[in-house]
Amino acid sequence: MSIAITTQFICFTVLSLVVIIGALGVVLLESIVYSAFLLGGVFMSVAGLYLLLNASFVAAAQVLVYVGAVNVLIIFAIMLVNKKEDLKPISDIKSRRVISTSICLTLLSLLIRVDLTNVWSLSSPENSIGEESTIRIGEHLFSDYLLPFEVASVLLLMAMIGAIVLARRDVMSKDISTGLPVDQELIEKSSEPLLTNKN
Amino acid sequence: MMNLESIPLQAFLIVSSALFCIGIWGLLNSRNAVRVLMSIELMLNAVNINLMAFSSYIDNNLIQGQVFTIFVITVAAAEAAVGLAILLSLYRNRVTVDMESFNLLKW
Repeated sequence: MSIAITTQFICFTVLSLVVIIGALGVVLLESIVYSAFLLGGVFMSVAGLYLLLNASFVAAAQVLVYVGAVNVLIIFAIMLVNKKEDLKPISDIKSRRVISTSICLTLLSLLIRVDLTNVWSLSSPENSIGEESTIRIGEHLFSDYLLPFEVASVLLLMAMIGAIVLARRDVMSKDISTGLPVDQELIEKSSEPLLTNKN
Repeated sequence: MMNLESIPLQAFLIVSSALFCIGIWGLLNSRNAVRVLMSIELMLNAVNINLMAFSSYIDNNLIQGQVFTIFVITVAAAEAAVGLAILLSLYRNRVTVDMESFNLLKW
């Protein structure tokens, strides 16, 4: 990395602040649409952190896959299911909040303690391949990581078929039991919950 | 304050720890199922930052961490697609995305 160290520090500080504050906004904001757009900002900042770590290929993949695919998918899901609904109040919500927050803070303090106290065996920067990382990733993917690479393609195919099977709406033209034609309009407008909550 | 020649590894690790804990908090406290999926994405990103930092500071010649990050991104994309498809079919059956109402398998 040929950027001056001061510039690197400024970039790192800004990017990590955006990541942390954006992530807090994602989980705390009332409106789910704002959360989705903040999530896109968090993904972009994480890509910036990758650039600081000399990983241009992974940063590009992060922007393409997370911002371009996952975030857009989440926004589409919000548009499909975002109905204003009054959530049922939970009786013990206060104690739940307190317990989960304390668990998270304890985990955070433990992780930070490990981060700071452990002695990391850093390798010398002279061995660093720096900007050649894309070439090295390609070598890995087609030699020692060839099997995981191929399995990943099968996984993506399975996920695609699974998503289609799960999300499609099966509408038959005839009722199976009676043989009468099904009123398609009724299915489209059906708002009656099939499995209502009894309590 | 500091006179270092590069950003310390610990800085990246602390950012990723904070991001991971925010993700867990959101996972435990969200009522909206879409927000739960977003929290899972946050946690996956925290893990990715960790892998990338280690590959850059400890394994900076072989960079196996970057290869792992590519695979994690692949799995995350597949997970998001399947998760949102499950969410859509849940919404079609129960007409809600409230996590508290998905209790069909609860004893």
